[in-house]
Amino acid sequence: MQTQLIDACGLHYQSLNAYIRKAAGNGFQHYTLRNVNGQRFIGAGLSRSIRITIHGTPGNNLAAMLDGAHIEVFGNAQDGVGNTMNDGRVIIHGNASDTVGYGMRGGEIYIRGRVGCRVGIHMKAGLEKSPVIVVGGSAGDFLGEYMAGGCIVLLGENLTPAESVGKYIGTGMHGGTIYIRGEVPRDRLSQEVKVEYVRFEEDVKLQECLEPFAKAFAETFRFTEAFSKITPVGHRPFGSLYAH
Amino acid sequence: MLEGWVRIPSGCAIAGIINQNGQAFSGEMIARAMTVMHDRSNGLGGGFAGYGIYPEMKEAYAFHVLAQDKTGISQVDELFKENFTVILKEPLPTRRTAGVAGTPFLMRYFLQPQKENADADQLVAATTLQINKHIGGTFVLSGAKNMGVFKGVGYPEDIAAFFRLDEYKGYLWTGHGRFPTNTPGWWGGAHPFSLLDVTLVHNGEISSYGANRRYLESQGYHMTLQTDSEAIAYACDFLHRRHQLPWEIIAKVFAPPHWWEIDRMPAEERELAVALRRTYGSLLMNGPFSIIVGFAGGMMALNDRLKLRSLVAAQNEEWVFVASEEAAIRAVCPEPESVWYPKGGEAVIQLVKENVECHAA
Repeated sequence: MQTQLIDACGLHYQSLNAYIRKAAGNGFQHYTLRNVNGQRFIGAGLSRSIRITIHGTPGNNLAAMLDGAHIEVFGNAQDGVGNTMNDGRVIIHGNASDTVGYGMRGGEIYIRGRVGCRVGIHMKAGLEKSPVIVVGGSAGDFLGEYMAGGCIVLLGENLTPAESVGKYIGTGMHGGTIYIRGEVPRDRLSQEVKVEYVRFEEDVKLQECLEPFAKAFAETFRFTEAFSKITPVGHRPFGSLYAH
Repeated sequence: MLEGWVRIPSGCAIAGIINQNGQAFSGEMIARAMTVMHDRSNGLGGGFAGYGIYPEMKEAYAFHVLAQDKTGISQVDELFKENFTVILKEPLPTRRTAGVAGTPFLMRYFLQPQKENADADQLVAATTLQINKHIGGTFVLSGAKNMGVFKGVGYPEDIAAFFRLDEYKGYLWTGHGRFPTNTPGWWGGAHPFSLLDVTLVHNGEISSYGANRRYLESQGYHMTLQTDSEAIAYACDFLHRRHQLPWEIIAKVFAPPHWWEIDRMPAEERELAVALRRTYGSLLMNGPFSIIVGFAGGMMALNDRLKLRSLVAAQNEEWVFVASEEAAIRAVCPEPESVWYPKGGEAVIQLVKENVECHAA
């Protein structure tokens, strides 16, 4: 399969994305983008069988509404990776900043490094799809805010749980699961969640989430400590808030 | 199509670059960083603050003034004569630039206070506020030693070209691209906002503006520039110059820890946090914001405590960068040694090293 090489240096995001969409319409499936710096919406809405490799720093909303394509980034991504993503896979070898997987409803996002705030905000699962986000490093505040479904795994490599997580984990959470390596301090968790401790070897769902992550980054895992498994207390956390 | 009739998905852009060794670098660098974030602005405001840009005149107060008509300039001349010796008065150098229109009169003054023993800073601050409040259509872009603000209606890169930023060198630059949401896009309403050497660029909105404004007005500050961001600049002046608070403390006034966090602090820390909230509760800034405050000798970047706006920081050798997007930093520093994402309420404060002579303070 022929790979399209694109030098994105100085290209406006609209030209870059229009070019990719047009080429995809003509049957090109593999793209390598070099010198990417800040171009937004790369891969937006692209469907199955498209592969994009990015070198540089893709702009906000990378892989927004992604519908089956695979995107791999050698570098850091910015805000809103996988915004409203439906299907496909995003692999980031560096970090990503805020709101990774915003409103995501399907597909997978694997991030080798750190992430910013509100990762997995409004993530949701349906009957057929359940999104997954795995982060190798640390996360900022409001991890899994208003989370309604799917799975987030935070590995916090070389960090204690107190270092790897921010505050307000699972604020407004009413579905899905967050796994965090180690014992998360209780005061980092919102009132809407409960926590139990599971071992990697005994939790099939956790293993399923980590397998592609390990493959993407050629890692092998051996966890000595248990994972904090965080789930919502109820389905309607604010059900009685405004009811008098 | 008029502003407000069409929705442009966007948000403001901010950036700051400092050289810790105090080495001056061209304003072209901050312009290049801002250019990458073009799509965060909508052409209704762009601006920059440069520090250390007037080394030959560093003992004089440099005033950048905009006026809608010449009467405003004459009135400013009269006002300055009362208390200052005008060392130099000249048009602020500009070049014709596509994308920058409706240019007001732009003047630059270098002033020396006439009375040597008086509180010169207080005099300059009062003069600035007086011009903004009382001389119709006339506003001070900046008035302080060895720094200046360049701003107007246009995209940041066009404003930079218009004001010939490439011809200035400073050890610290901040930049702003505006996407006005609640208030008009006009020359005086572009960022940075300044009082004396303190400048402010802001992405977001201050929902506590009413409370902040009432408090600041009771302290003698009058809001004249039709935006919430102006209040933050005056709050910085109030806390830093008049109340002599360090920037670490000012960050805790603007974005204090929540009460439940204060309850869990060790006694001494708790006492300070409670005292700050009791004393300066009216200057707590609520609502989403990321700001960069520039001042003689350094800068502070800060997010609201719930982290509702973008902010990335990076460091490379003696350089420190902050911006709304990492791409802006990489445009001027492709491989920084470290990149980090400051948390809500966690200030990034970077000062020029103490032993270097570059700033007026």
